[in-house]
Amino acid sequence: MSTGAFLFYLFAAVAILASLGMVLNIRNTVASAMSLVVAMISLGAIYVLLEAYLVAAIQIMVYAGAIVVLFLFVVMLLNLRSDVFPVARSRLPKIFGIVLSGWGLFVFLRLLRGTLPAVSPAPEGYGGFRELGKALFTRYVLPFEATSFLLLAAIVGAVILAKRRID
Amino acid sequence: MPELGVILKLLFLVLVVMGALLPVITWVERKQSAVMQDRIGANRADILGIRLIGLLHPLADVLKLFGKEDVVPLGANRWMHLVAPVIALVPGIITLAVVPFAGVYDFGGGPISMVAADLDWGMLYVFAVGSIATYGTVIAGWSSNSNWGLLGSLRGSAQMISYEVTMGLSLVGLFMCFNSLKLQEIAQAQDATFRVFGFLEAFGWVHALPRWLSFVKLPMWGIVLQPLGFILFLTCIMAENKRPPFDVPEGESEIVAGYHMEYSGMRFGLFYTAEFLEIPVIAMIVTTLFLGGWTIPWFSTQKIIGALNGTIGVGAATGLCLILHVLSFFLKVIVMIWLQMQIRWTLPRFRYDQVMDLCWKIMLPLSLANVFVTGIVILGIERLYR
Repeated sequence: MSTGAFLFYLFAAVAILASLGMVLNIRNTVASAMSLVVAMISLGAIYVLLEAYLVAAIQIMVYAGAIVVLFLFVVMLLNLRSDVFPVARSRLPKIFGIVLSGWGLFVFLRLLRGTLPAVSPAPEGYGGFRELGKALFTRYVLPFEATSFLLLAAIVGAVILAKRRID
Repeated sequence: MPELGVILKLLFLVLVVMGALLPVITWVERKQSAVMQDRIGANRADILGIRLIGLLHPLADVLKLFGKEDVVPLGANRWMHLVAPVIALVPGIITLAVVPFAGVYDFGGGPISMVAADLDWGMLYVFAVGSIATYGTVIAGWSSNSNWGLLGSLRGSAQMISYEVTMGLSLVGLFMCFNSLKLQEIAQAQDATFRVFGFLEAFGWVHALPRWLSFVKLPMWGIVLQPLGFILFLTCIMAENKRPPFDVPEGESEIVAGYHMEYSGMRFGLFYTAEFLEIPVIAMIVTTLFLGGWTIPWFSTQKIIGALNGTIGVGAATGLCLILHVLSFFLKVIVMIWLQMQIRWTLPRFRYDQVMDLCWKIMLPLSLANVFVTGIVILGIERLYR
């Protein structure tokens, strides 16, 4: 096994275990959030193996480094435990989850049976921050700006909500 | 064998930082505070009566910390309590992998870059690794089952996340100037000089000015091109390290010792080490980005090798140049460490709201303005020389 394949299987296993840890750790919310961080970091490592360096860096910087910290904030401040959460009355999420994971399993089994189509090698600089930046500011500039507008609206909303508490 | 080179380069940096810089910094911390507070400072630890002006104190500290009991408080989350100091320590060490401590040299077998991992996305790696350090603080305070600890870790993580935003933005101008995120490329670009008043030649009336003006050259260092970026970045990265004046997460007068209050023995020592380890790491990053890294001002690599190879041959000249560059790098690093220690013992602690105001209301707008102005200037220069 090549080093790349070994690292891929290692981080894939860590990601799966950490994701399971996140879902199954219902008694300890902070441990659950920390498992999410470990899953995020191993995903970042897999992106590095795919040579998608910008995505890897952002995965760790934004998701692992900032967003989950905010999750932890909420969990710690409210001191949430499993007995606080209301029991779900509706069966809809369960059915939806079963259907969705069944579909995932189906696709996975199909992939296992067939052979993957031949893929041409990625062009030079693919996945690097230069290429990605160029694509973002030329071809995808409208979605990019639209996203920034959405974020601005979210910030304004957050400020208004926070202000209302104080006034 | 490329792996051996990588290991040797990393080992060199880690040994210099952990073995030489770290103990001396802890000693300087004590002696400098003593000088500034009109005391004598640590001078009692001795081996057979030899005291060496207190230089043996770091050794005594480590022996003492290892000998102490490692207490896990009642009701604490044991596993997380034990792992938090390690999370705090590791990011500082692995940042060293992308720090170039000398340039690129050719000893006949192809170019050798004096950096363990020459990543194209080097600065992104530094940011990503640095953002993981937040978890050391968060987990330490929460897992201790102590209100002071929790308050400290909340303060610490809010502060670190806030300053990360400004830290990234304050460097955008620098990346625009050097057109790279690779630390070795940024350092190499600073090996050049530029004529300060060269842009005047684009105007017609330049003949009215004295001739020597066109010979004034400055090294193309980040601090020369981005003075505001330097101040903003240094402030942010010092706030990330949570040392005074940004030590509200451990503010003794308010929350006892903050996030590492419940730690004892060597586990407290690990937090202490993490904090002191980041001082040379910060100095190295700032040196590489803003103070020209390993370069020697006004004497570029080609100039040095060209001047020397006539007398001692190319191989020896390259080797000598390498040694000079390593010395230059560590000289600048020591200057940056001195600056950080001076700031630490000069300024009093900020209040918590002042820390946040400084970040969001002053430094964030300034760093955005810096990006904007840098863009205009770069476009203007391109227009001028077209």
